Parts: sequence; structure tokens; C-alpha cells
Amino acid sequence: MTAETAPASPPDGSAPPDGSAPPRTAHGGTLRGRLQQLLALGGLVVICVVFAVADPIFLSYGNITSVLFATVVIGTLALGATFVIISGGIDLSVGTGMALCAVVAGVLITDMGLPIAVGVLGTLLFGALLGFVNGCNVSVLGLPPFIATLAMMLVAGGLALVVSGSAPIYFDSTAYTDISTGSIVPGTDFPNAVLILAAVALLAGVTLSRTVLGRYTYALGSNEEATALSGVDVRKWKIVVYTLAGLFTGLAGILISARLGSAQPATGMGYELQAIAAVVIGGTSLNGGKGSIGGTVIGALIISVLNNGLQVLAVPQEWQNVILGSVIVVAVWADLARKRSIR
Amino acid sequence: MLTDTRPLLEVEEVSKTFPGVKALDRMRLSLRHGEVLALVGENGAGKSTLMKLLSGIHRPDTGRFFLDGAPLRPTGPRHAQEMGIGIIHQEFNLLPDLTVAQNIFIGREPRRAGFLLDRRALDARARELIGRLGLPLDPHRRVGGLTVAQQQMVEIAKALSHDPRVLIMDEPTAALNDAEVRTLHQLIRRFVRPETGVIYISHRMAELTSLCDRITVIRDGQYVATMETAQTRVRDVIAKMVGREIGTGTRPRPAPAAREPLLTVSGLSTRTLLRDVGFALYPGEILGFAGLMGAGRTEVARALIGADPVTSGTVTLRGRPVRIRNPADAARHRIGYLSEDRKRLGLLPEDGVDTNIALGALRERFARFGFVRDRAVGERAAELVSALHVATPSLDRPVRHLSGGNQQKVVLAKWLAKDCDVLVFDEPTRGIDVAAKEEIYRLLDTLAQQGKALVMISSDLPEVLRMAHRVLVMAEGHITAELTAAEATQENVMHYATLRPGRPGTRPAPSPASDPAGTPEAGTR
Ligand SMILES: Nc1ncnc2c1ncn2[C@@H]1O[C@H](COP(=O)(O)OP(=O)(O)OP(=O)(O)O)[C@@H](O)[C@H]1O
Ligand SMILES: [Mg+2]
Repeated sequence: MTAETAPASPPDGSAPPDGSAPPRTAHGGTLRGRLQQLLALGGLVVICVVFAVADPIFLSYGNITSVLFATVVIGTLALGATFVIISGGIDLSVGTGMALCAVVAGVLITDMGLPIAVGVLGTLLFGALLGFVNGCNVSVLGLPPFIATLAMMLVAGGLALVVSGSAPIYFDSTAYTDISTGSIVPGTDFPNAVLILAAVALLAGVTLSRTVLGRYTYALGSNEEATALSGVDVRKWKIVVYTLAGLFTGLAGILISARLGSAQPATGMGYELQAIAAVVIGGTSLNGGKGSIGGTVIGALIISVLNNGLQVLAVPQEWQNVILGSVIVVAVWADLARKRSIR
Repeated sequence: MLTDTRPLLEVEEVSKTFPGVKALDRMRLSLRHGEVLALVGENGAGKSTLMKLLSGIHRPDTGRFFLDGAPLRPTGPRHAQEMGIGIIHQEFNLLPDLTVAQNIFIGREPRRAGFLLDRRALDARARELIGRLGLPLDPHRRVGGLTVAQQQMVEIAKALSHDPRVLIMDEPTAALNDAEVRTLHQLIRRFVRPETGVIYISHRMAELTSLCDRITVIRDGQYVATMETAQTRVRDVIAKMVGREIGTGTRPRPAPAAREPLLTVSGLSTRTLLRDVGFALYPGEILGFAGLMGAGRTEVARALIGADPVTSGTVTLRGRPVRIRNPADAARHRIGYLSEDRKRLGLLPEDGVDTNIALGALRERFARFGFVRDRAVGERAAELVSALHVATPSLDRPVRHLSGGNQQKVVLAKWLAKDCDVLVFDEPTRGIDVAAKEEIYRLLDTLAQQGKALVMISSDLPEVLRMAHRVLVMAEGHITAELTAAEATQENVMHYATLRPGRPGTRPAPSPASDPAGTPEAGTR
């Protein structure tokens, strides 16, 4: 068979398979990935327009800043969740894990009086350790991710109360709270936390789309058995993925406690579901193998814009969840419908 | 053969375009009453697409179908079934966690009192059907635990349980060995009556001559010709398929007389099947594994690379004992395994051709400081895609959208992209067209000449005989013979493949050199 007789080059002149095909960036860089983000982005724009028309205050600098600020915690958790979900897993422990990490930060910095940098580093490492344990339970013991992280959710929630004696731990140093609420942008009060989220989102995006870890994350979720038979150490990489999610949990713990000026041991429950919601709204499939960081960021923004906008419009708190739930259904359904139409 | 003026099934000027690919271009075809019609063409020619249109999975862009002269517009698989079109797809559609019986009658389970499942009736019907078809299947077995060939039989039983008028089989023998192929052919002959017909898609030219009445050739989605099998030579069919004559290659050059084995396996046993399997593999050789379905060839490969647990056995690599606990260990020792089940175990279906090719060698060849070098991936993928003639509109096309044979080439390319010393190929040419097979044979030969050690497991015995320097024959989890290329004849291999080594008092083995003419049809069991 020669290249001429093979139907390799389609008659319509789309990219030939040899040489000249552009090196593709990654999953998020394919046409499909971009479409997926466009869809979510379109939704975000529509929601913003609706709120802006209903009340122009919505578009004020102050309000936009506060929407972004409100995105930080869920956004950070959702970044980690994106990795786990693309790899075909789920992590229910990030909410209470975040509370535990906040408490650990309080213990290290307030109780033990360690320098802030050391405390922050210790907290991040502790978060990574939580994720590492999750990863081992899933990959070495072979527990289903749902069960393993459900157990961790309970353990972390309990430990947060035990370690803190069920009382908030306050941070008295403004150097610590400045991590979230301070502003390194001169002459403004634009919160650092938002910049941190932007930076780690960028890092996460690059990791997912350009690194070996990212490629394996997709491969695990797409077909774990085939990946293993290709010689990839799937056990190890699963642990890495959960550990990474734990690292984001630790960061979220720092950001939330710095923002509140205290570590609140009893909060945290429920954040994991919001994070998963953000990931799913962003077009990542719960079946694994598909998704992008860009989508997740948009998903997180949609959630906080909704919360904020509904507050601006004085919609009662109880209704906000009803609306958020409906948005999830619409977002995922639209994504499915789009996929069906492409086939 | 009954001749009727009206064909049983007619395909008229049917076209179908997928994004970037014109899969069918005014294709036509006509199936007579009571005939077996072969449909042949290269990988990606459009055969499976035509079958998917007939079963209502896709809708044609233009063109029409007629069943007995009446227009046929299948709206979905179920509708097609009701209209009397039965299809066995190239890729299986079985539920791995259900039993054989449950799979056959899925959606039509016999019930009691309207909603209770009637297990006994289900089993009885499955047993009756399997018995009638003469298939070696246990209705209670979980389908996920079956080999590819056994799964194929479940698909056949499922299709025939609907009593179709037109039976379409898309490469049913791709994973079957000669004996199993014979069983299947008998089954087909029994099925063909004056009011039915069969469309038979295959890349194995030899079987077409014995089974089919006529052969229709398709190339690049277009109708080329239809020929009476009796008046046609295989060579002409192939020429029509690829648009030119191709030479059939010869046996590979003899392996260099190697001193030291690269790999030795001894005393390999598993709880389920293998008993005391041992062999040596020399650099530069192709070692063939022959045997019937379920003989344990795939199990040997999987046990070797640590994909399945073993109860005993040692592996020595370059003179040193190694422990291989999982496929990642195997890869670290530069041992690769190409699985027989590409869809389930070989591919990331949603990912691109390039991603799939790079997967195995991502870290050692396509990454720097943990970052994927997309350009290197793209270049290597493009090289392999053109070397293997993978028909794909672009490198990032999800492999799910490629034709079966082209998917197989991608799996092969994945292992070529990775620099392994020992390569175990399990059904490497499954579903690959004749012309591309020659390319792959040449490639395997080149790899061997580079000093790599290859294991070739194949149900296509002529292929093993042609490629292998030595042949190991397996039966019931034992190695029953080691034959040199000269000793390895069809008859010899079949003889050893049908021994019952597990039991005392089996037939005495004739010496391999003597011609065992007294074992005719050994494979039919
Ligand atoms: N769902 C799909 N989406 C996009 N392209 C498709 C799809 N199905 C098939 N194609 C393309 O249509 C062409 C014909 O494919 P088809 O599966 O019919 O080939 P085939 O003749 O069955 O080949 P093989 O012998 O390899 O099985 C191929 O180029 C394939 O890539
Ligand atoms: Mg096909």
C-alpha cells in the first residue's frame, strides 16, 4: 500500500497527517476543549448581563472585586478537584480538609509562634499529606475514591475540632491576614488572594496541559487499564494526583483563614460539593478523561457571580441554592447536547 | 443456490460524510437470496460505516436501501433488528459483568408475572441456542472473563437469536484461529437458506474463497467491482482493493544463532490456567505462540508482564533474575506488551492519535523536566502514522473515530514509539488489511534484525508459521511442543494444540518431524 492509495488525505483538504500538522497544545487547546470553554464562558457572560441590567451596581469596581474575592476559596479547591475528577476519581474531603489545614496554620503560627513563612509551608505540606493519604487509600488499598475521601472528610472534620478544641484560633498578625486581604497592587485595595488564585490557576493549567503529570491525569481517567498496560505506573500517578489536590486544600485553608483572620474548625463541610459543582459546570466530565482548568475557573466564577448577583437583587439565601442546582442541570445538559450534535 | 430476480438487499448510491472524511461515496451493493457475499477493502475503506448505516446507528447523507424490493430506513439498532437485519459489529457490544446468557437476551429477558426475571427460562433458552449453534460456551460465565474469541461467539449467538434475514458480520474471524474459523463457517452455512443472506467482511483472503459466493470490493468509500468467487484469484481481489498488485513477502531471514537468551521464563503457573510454563527468548528472534482459544497464550503474556498474579515462576533477564509485579515494572525492564483487546486494553478512545502513540514512552522520550515536548510527540507520531499508513484526517483525531484496522495500527505505533528490548505482540494484525499486514511483517522483521526479541501470539496460524523462527504450541495452559521453523507445519501445530496435557493417558505424540497425516481436522474437537 502506498500513501497515494491510502485514504489518508481526505479530499476536503483538512490537515494532512504527516509533518505539517500543528503541534497541539493540549486537551484544552483542541477545538473541542475550546468549544467547551466557550459554552461556559457564554453562560457566564449571559448571567452577568442579566444582573447588570437588573442592577447597575453589579458592575461597580467594588462589587466585581468582591465577586472575585468570593471566588478564591471555591476556585482553589476546584483546581485540585479538576485533576482528581479528570483522572476518574472524586475528592469529598477537600472541604473539611481545608478547615483542618486552617486549624493547622493557626496552631503553627498563633499557638507555636512559628514564623509565618514556616507556618504557611507547614500547612501546605500538611494539606499534601492529607491528599497523599487519600491517594494511598485509593491506589494501594484499592478503596473506591468516593469511600476513601468520604472517610477522610469525616476524619479531617473531626480532627479539626479535636486539634482546635472546637474553638476558633485567631491570627493577630496582619502580615498573615495580608496574604488574602492585603494588596500588592499599589494604590488599590485589590485583594492578594485573587492574584494568588490567578497565579495558581495558571500553574495548574500549564501542569494539566503541558506536563507528563497532566497527560497521565487524562490517560488515567480515559482508560486506566490501557494506561497501566502501556507501562505507566498508575498507582504512583494516582497518588500524585490526590496529593496535588491536597496541596490545593492546604492553600485554600491558608487563604480562607487569612481572609477571616481566624481558623474556624467547624466550617468547611459543603465546600467540596461547591468545588465539584464548579468543575462540572466548567465542562469536566465526572467520568474522567475530559476537562480543563479554564472551564473550572469559569465554573467557579459562575457560582460566585450567581451568589453575589442574587444577593444584590436581594433574593433570599434559601433560593440561591435552588437556582445554583438548576444551573448545574442546565450547564451539564447543554454540554451533553453539544456533544451529541457534534457526533 | 436459489436465484431470484430481486436481490434480498440492495444498497443504492449511499454516501456518508464524517467531519473531515468522506467515508462512503455513492456506494452500492446487492445481496442475492441465499448467498454469502464478501465485502473487502482496505482499512478505512468504509465497510464498517456501511454496516452502521444498515443498522441505523448512523443515517446516510444520501442514497437508499431496499430489503426485498421494499425501501428500508432503519432508525436505530432495535428497528433494524425488527426489520430482519442482524449485525455483529467489529467492536463488541457486550456487558462484561453480565453472564453469557444475560448478554444474549439483554432487553428480552424472559419474565414471570410481568416483572420478575425468570432465570431458569433464561438459562434454558441460552443453553438451547448455544447447543443448536454448537458453540463451546458456558451460559453462566461472566463475559468479562472470556477471551476475545469466546466473546465473539457470544456476539454471534446474540445476533442469531433474533432470527435475522440478513446477517452482517464485520470481521468475525479477526481473533479466531483456524479451528474456530471452521466452526464459524459451518454455522454460517447452516444459517444460509434461500430466504436469508450473509454479508461477510474480512481481511483474511483465504477464508473468502471457501465461504463466499461473490466478493464485492470497496475502495475509498466507492464501489469498485463484484466478482464470482469461483472465477476469481485472490491476487486480483487484492489488486482491486489497493489499486495495484502487491507482492507477498517471504519468511524472515533466519535469526542469528544467539548465544545467550535475553529472557528466560521457568515454572510459570497461575491459579487459573498456566502450569509450569517455561521458555527462552533470544535476541533477534521472533518466537511464535500457537494454540487454540483458551490455551493460555495471552495468559502467559499477561503473567510475564505482571498484569495478572502468578502462583510461581521465575523470570531471568540478561542473566539476572528480575521481579515484575506490574506492567510498569515490565516497562522499566524494557518489556512491552501489545494487548489483543485494543478497545478495552489498548487505547484511550477519546484521545488523539498522537496522545495514544506517545503514552507509553512519554517520560523517557517525549518529555523534558516533566514537560511534554509536543513537537517531538507530533513529529514521531507523524512518522509512525505515515510508516504504518494510518488513515486519519489529523493527528489529534480521537482514535474512537478511526476504523478498526487503523486503531490497531495506532496501538502498534505506541509500542514502536517506545524503545523496548522484548516485545510481546498479542494478535498484532487483528483487523489489519492484507497490504498493511505486509508492512507490519516487514516492520517486525526489522525489529528482530535490530536485535530485539519478539513474541508473536496469533490465531492466524499461517501468519505465525511465516513469521516465527521458533513456534511454541500451547494447550490447556501447558506448553506441549517447541517446534523449529522447519518442523512447524499446520498439521504438526494442530496436533500439539489439541493434546490434553493435563490428563494422563493422552494420545502419544508423534515425533514432530514425522508427518502426522493421521490427525486430520484435529482442530474441530
Ligand atoms: N464516528 C466517526 N466519526 C468520524 N469518522 C469516522 C467515524 N466512523 C468512521 N469514520 C471514518 O470513516 C472512514 C471509514 O471507516 P470504516 O470504519 O467504515 O472503515 P473500514 O472499512 O471498516 O476499515 P477497517 O478494515 O479498518 O475496519 C475512516 O476514515 C474513519 O476514520
Ligand atoms: Mg471496520
